[in-house]
Amino acid sequence: MKLWILIITTIILSFISLFIGAIDISISDLFDWNSDEAQIFIISRVPRLLAIILAGAGMSIAGLIMQALSRNKFVSPTTAGTLDAAKLGILISMLFITNVTYTQQIIFSFAFALLGTFIFMQILDRIKFKDAIFVPLIGIMYGNILSSITTFFAYEADLIQNISAWLMGSFTLIISGRYELLYVSIPAIVLAYLYANKFTVAGMGEEFAKNLGLSYKVILNLGLFLVAIISTTVVLTVGVIPFLGLIVPNIVSIYLGDNLRKIIPHTMLLGVVFLLICDIIGRVIIHPYEIPVNVTVAVIGSAIFLIMLLRGRAYAK
Amino acid sequence: MIEIKELTKRYGKKTVVEDVSVNIEPGTITSFIGPNGAGKSTLLSMVSRLLNADTGEVLLDKNNVKKWKSNDLAKRVSILRQSNFINVRLTIRELVAFGRYPYSKGRLTAEDEQFVDQALEYMNLIDMQNQFLDELSGGQKQRAFIAMVIAQDTDYILLDEPLNNLDMKHSVQIMKILRKLVNELGRTVVIVLHDINFASVYSDRIVAMKDGKLVKNGTTNEIINSDTLREIYDMNIPIQEQNGCRICVYFNSHT
Repeated sequence: MKLWILIITTIILSFISLFIGAIDISISDLFDWNSDEAQIFIISRVPRLLAIILAGAGMSIAGLIMQALSRNKFVSPTTAGTLDAAKLGILISMLFITNVTYTQQIIFSFAFALLGTFIFMQILDRIKFKDAIFVPLIGIMYGNILSSITTFFAYEADLIQNISAWLMGSFTLIISGRYELLYVSIPAIVLAYLYANKFTVAGMGEEFAKNLGLSYKVILNLGLFLVAIISTTVVLTVGVIPFLGLIVPNIVSIYLGDNLRKIIPHTMLLGVVFLLICDIIGRVIIHPYEIPVNVTVAVIGSAIFLIMLLRGRAYAK
Repeated sequence: MIEIKELTKRYGKKTVVEDVSVNIEPGTITSFIGPNGAGKSTLLSMVSRLLNADTGEVLLDKNNVKKWKSNDLAKRVSILRQSNFINVRLTIRELVAFGRYPYSKGRLTAEDEQFVDQALEYMNLIDMQNQFLDELSGGQKQRAFIAMVIAQDTDYILLDEPLNNLDMKHSVQIMKILRKLVNELGRTVVIVLHDINFASVYSDRIVAMKDGKLVKNGTTNEIINSDTLREIYDMNIPIQEQNGCRICVYFNSHT
């Protein structure tokens, strides 16, 4: 697949995304700045599109970095406890701080996402049996433990409803003023690109990195830091989007390889395209109502993931 | 010159390398040989800073390798360990280009590209440079990694059992290339070998180890004789000369 095909697809899908929804908006409506249509366009449609683009690009890059650093094709924020830790962080902030502010939630969620991922990498360091399937299974179990802790305390504190809202990745509630946190992932993605070569070298193992004079630990920690930032911003604005960070980097790896400098643009765009398609399907299928994007992503994503598992054992080992 | 001074490494109570001192002569192939568990690979890892020694030091040009900046050291000493384990999908050319990392941090200059081209040509990989590593056979992969080390352009090349999993043809090919690297490009190769005949035929100097201790260190002719080999391997190993090469015939020896 060529990069320009992805770029054109992204543009076309973005355009479609802007012009579908419960209310029909035509291009001519936009010329009348004060019309309801133009207002909806500015307050709801454009922010939604931007949120999809940022979340799609961000989660794919987060998955890519995690796969490189853990040297396992099936590790991603959803299969390593990152997102579950972020959720736990939000809950803790709500439990311990009365009238918790948004900024405090961000800080807690970020700290927990970082710590949670770090602990997973430490576990990974200590297990001897590093099978391609076994490692993400451990990650999923670990994530479920974190998640059940969250659920338990949320239940005790009557916060279950809140928790399930974060679980539900959805762009339905994205309007101007509620998604801007996602912009924080832009510098994270830029940093990921600037450090792409270092991540590739680190992905070949500590000894390989040392041979080339790279300080492995610094790069590992920087990677986890970027993953935590991106995951936090996405969970807090959109919610949990499963599979995205898992399947998108894998598809790109099949046709382009694992040289991060080369594949980051493709991974970003493919993530955006995939998420746009899922969101558009969710908005069209029971029009004028919507299915949350995490449902469409989960259905399509799990099918792709299954195919990858079945045909991919050879390449993923 | 690399000077190994009184290196000791312990894991818990077990001493893996004990008080080993060796000088690596520049412009030679030096082989580390010895039975399993002799501490050869551990010694090599300590020389190449992958592993910290408990006591003792390794000097490169009279300076302790720990005091070298890791990037500067990466321009002088390279090490290759069981590389077949690496499962990253890179093309051969991309891998070899990473050999230039200490110089360019991945942003290749025209000079770097030239080094990469030369290394690929040297290892006869030009035709397949755009193939992915995971599509290669063991021998091709090993050549790709050695090409990377050549591109890294270090005076010292350390290799930990590079002939593992290779058939005879590819083993000979790799050893001939290493010989060429020393003879034509003036590099210094330090290599851990299991097969004493490869050590005998291709190396200038041999460091023999047993149970973590240095048994003997000398020229190939000083080591490859029945008396010294008995000391190392506890085996009676007759030596036969073939075209000036000493071949150890250990296959039906009485212990």
